[in-house]
Amino acid sequence: MTTLTHLDRLEAESIHILREVAASMQNPVMMYSIGKDSSVLLHLARKAFYPGPIPFPLLHVDTTWKFREMIAFRDALKDDPNIDLLVHINEEGVEQGVGPFTHGSAVHTDIMKTQALKQALTKYKFDAAIGGARRDEEKSRAKERIFSFRSAQHRWDPKNQRPELWSLYNARIKPGESVRVFPISNWTELDIWQYIYQENIDIVPLYFADERPVVERDGIMVMVDDDRLPLEPGEKPEMKKVRFRTLGCYPLTGAVESEASTITEIIEEMLRTTTSEREGRAIDKDAPASMEMKKQEGYF
Amino acid sequence: MDGYAAPDFANIEEYLDSQLKKSLLRFITCGSVDDGKSTLIGRLLYESKMIFDDQLASLKNESKKFGTQGEEIDFALLVDGLAAEREQGITIDVAYRFFSTDRRKFIVADTPGHEQYTRNMATGASTADLAIVMIDARKGVLTQTRRHSFIVSLLGIRNVVLCINKMDLVGYDQDVFDEIEADYREFAADFGFEHIQAIPVSALAGDNVVVSSENTPWYDGPPLMEYLDTVEIASDAQEKPFRMPVQWVNRPNLDFRGFAGQVVSGTIKPGDGVRALPSGKTSKVARVVTMGADLDEVVEGQSVTITLEDEIDISRGDVICADKSPAEVSDQFQTTMIWMSDSPMLPGRSYVMKIGARECQMQVTEQRHRIDVNTRAHEAAKTLGLNEIGIVNVALDREVAFDPYNANRRMGGFIVIDRMTNETVGLGLINFALRRASNIHRQSMDVSKELRASMKGQKPVMLWFTGLSGAGKSTVANLVEKRLAAMGKHTYTLDGDNVRHGLNNDLGFTDADRVENIRRVGEVSKLMLDAGLIVLVSFISPFRAERRIVRQMVEDGEFWEVFVDVPLNVAESRDVKGLYKKARAGEIKNFTGIDSPYEAPTDPEIHIDADKLAPEEAAELIISRLEQAGLIGG
Repeated sequence: MTTLTHLDRLEAESIHILREVAASMQNPVMMYSIGKDSSVLLHLARKAFYPGPIPFPLLHVDTTWKFREMIAFRDALKDDPNIDLLVHINEEGVEQGVGPFTHGSAVHTDIMKTQALKQALTKYKFDAAIGGARRDEEKSRAKERIFSFRSAQHRWDPKNQRPELWSLYNARIKPGESVRVFPISNWTELDIWQYIYQENIDIVPLYFADERPVVERDGIMVMVDDDRLPLEPGEKPEMKKVRFRTLGCYPLTGAVESEASTITEIIEEMLRTTTSEREGRAIDKDAPASMEMKKQEGYF
Repeated sequence: MDGYAAPDFANIEEYLDSQLKKSLLRFITCGSVDDGKSTLIGRLLYESKMIFDDQLASLKNESKKFGTQGEEIDFALLVDGLAAEREQGITIDVAYRFFSTDRRKFIVADTPGHEQYTRNMATGASTADLAIVMIDARKGVLTQTRRHSFIVSLLGIRNVVLCINKMDLVGYDQDVFDEIEADYREFAADFGFEHIQAIPVSALAGDNVVVSSENTPWYDGPPLMEYLDTVEIASDAQEKPFRMPVQWVNRPNLDFRGFAGQVVSGTIKPGDGVRALPSGKTSKVARVVTMGADLDEVVEGQSVTITLEDEIDISRGDVICADKSPAEVSDQFQTTMIWMSDSPMLPGRSYVMKIGARECQMQVTEQRHRIDVNTRAHEAAKTLGLNEIGIVNVALDREVAFDPYNANRRMGGFIVIDRMTNETVGLGLINFALRRASNIHRQSMDVSKELRASMKGQKPVMLWFTGLSGAGKSTVANLVEKRLAAMGKHTYTLDGDNVRHGLNNDLGFTDADRVENIRRVGEVSKLMLDAGLIVLVSFISPFRAERRIVRQMVEDGEFWEVFVDVPLNVAESRDVKGLYKKARAGEIKNFTGIDSPYEAPTDPEIHIDADKLAPEEAAELIISRLEQAGLIGG
């Protein structure tokens, strides 16, 4: 008798969800953030529709402040005949010169990420956006549905979510409304890494420790990825062996000192670690319920 | 505690490979407000090292601000996610939490104890293999405990851990524990639980959560974590017949046509015979395709793509089954429904049912009764409000493949969607089909009266409405037939008008013709009974002898005399067709009640006092009598 492992079951559940989106929505899109969760999601989508192509495009919302290695990794996908990759940039934001240093992280994230995402969803008339969020990432995510309903204004109402029974997802919406779908809701960070190890999935090299130029600010190590990072008086980039546990806009993403340069070493390090994944992400620190507020406003 | 601490990394590859062999257990926690569910989960996360330093620091901050434990860490705050909940101090939605040990990964559905959130408990229970039922040792088994256990049982969970919590507050008294356990086992006796494990714990103090507590030397069972880690969940999912609802037809080119879905039960190999439902078409499995490589076998739980040897038409929503033991097919069901919306369930209204990968139109044909979730008593009710549970008959606009819920959760559970708002307003469990589709009876068999009737989900019966002209026989018969049709029953009404104008248009009103008239009607009704129909005959039929002739023509119990009884003056005052007036004027001869006698039945099966009962009440009385007699059961 074949016994399925927890990863087998998580994988099967995610594939089932991806097929449900493709079959029941008119115009779905998969959000592609270039991070490890996106790599896993993309791998699952390839599996779900093999030997056919992935039946929906990938969308990267480019804030223009991503690590250069992320963009290179993303652009390599353009050669894959099974993938249709779209990139959206909030051009109004670019014209206004919005950035994390000039406008602060909150405004930057809102305009270049949240607003940009809404623009793209409106522009392409996507009725379903598949994302790689996991319930273990943050408290308010723990209660989000797998098929998460959004009003025509892209808002999430945590008090009025559709109950989800068994594996039956209610994908019915009215014109203008949409759903966000989270196929890897039930995965933890450890599951993600174990799956990357098991399936030998390609991820951005920034996850592996290497000598990189960093400065330390407010307890967060920021990588000097290009010359747009304004250095404070007396601040000098130092070469340190660091890696990233999550990837986002480089000025807002903290590095951790590490020697882990292989998947197994990353997992080993993670099992010993004592801080959570989002700690390196500036957005959660504003107020206790900040993620919940951002989600209600349309942040993924 | 040590068993769950950081593992030995002497050989990380070896360790990882062992980690890849973990199994998955989904469970739900339920209990009343303040029983300590969130605290227990928080502690499980904490003890299994799923809480990081930064989360702990923020937890300490929030414990001071929102917590109920003074300077102590309030573990409940880890689990009560939404801002509103933190302020109100209660859990208001289903939250999913994760932790793992070296053997298992756990997915925990934390569900609220408040009465108005029954729907969330059902949601959490729908995917769970096991339920932790929390009881406050100081309070014992409460109404809420019964309600939660009932829902857990209804949703098909067979394994229960009874966590008798706050043992520290009753001095770790064994008698208290024993009494609560005995109470619980007694009331849960008919819930169908296969195993109940009672554990004395203190979620707050940590007794028997991860390590056996020194405070309960009298308890020789495992602590909670150890139990969860080792409990064998009766998983006969692979032994059940193969079922795979088709989600997606994969046709990348002309040479490949695969059917993608998740196997919900059983196993299958290339070469095995399969049957697609509802069409009933058969073929054999050619390949089981996955991205890595073709598989030799596919088992319950896997998401795969299957190709078949023959080109048969299969689309999304169909179910591929084992050829020899296919699912059932029907379009009418008796279901158990839990309502989850503020707008009540309305019989007659059209909803959307989603079952497997299929959506179809659904109408509630009849609500049989409501179940009191606390006492499980049946109550008469025509609608269901928020969080109410009822036994409801439904009819679909198409046939679907299914198994009863208690045989296969993924094949017998469905959701109900409001067509206007698109909200998920209810959940349902199929108990059985009210009408079986013909295409599953493939094997040759003698087509008998019984078979014809069972295919219609009914027993044949003749309702013989007798009474004076104007008594309301046809009105009542018509209402009864409508009710039966709405229940999906197959009926036909014979009355004076449709018989006299056709079959019997050669007969007049002489004594001989009158007898022949009744004989023909009796014979036609008998043929209809043989076809499995419910026949309604609406005839004045004034003479006992005539009615006795018909009674003797059919089998015992098939002839039901329904006496629609009104005094002559009432019938005459109604005089819908103006016949009494004509009879009084002598224009009609031999008119029953005027110049011809009406011999009232002496012992009718149903006596309708049509002077006092409205036609609707009369129809209701007849329907309920038929139900009591088991003729239209289901």
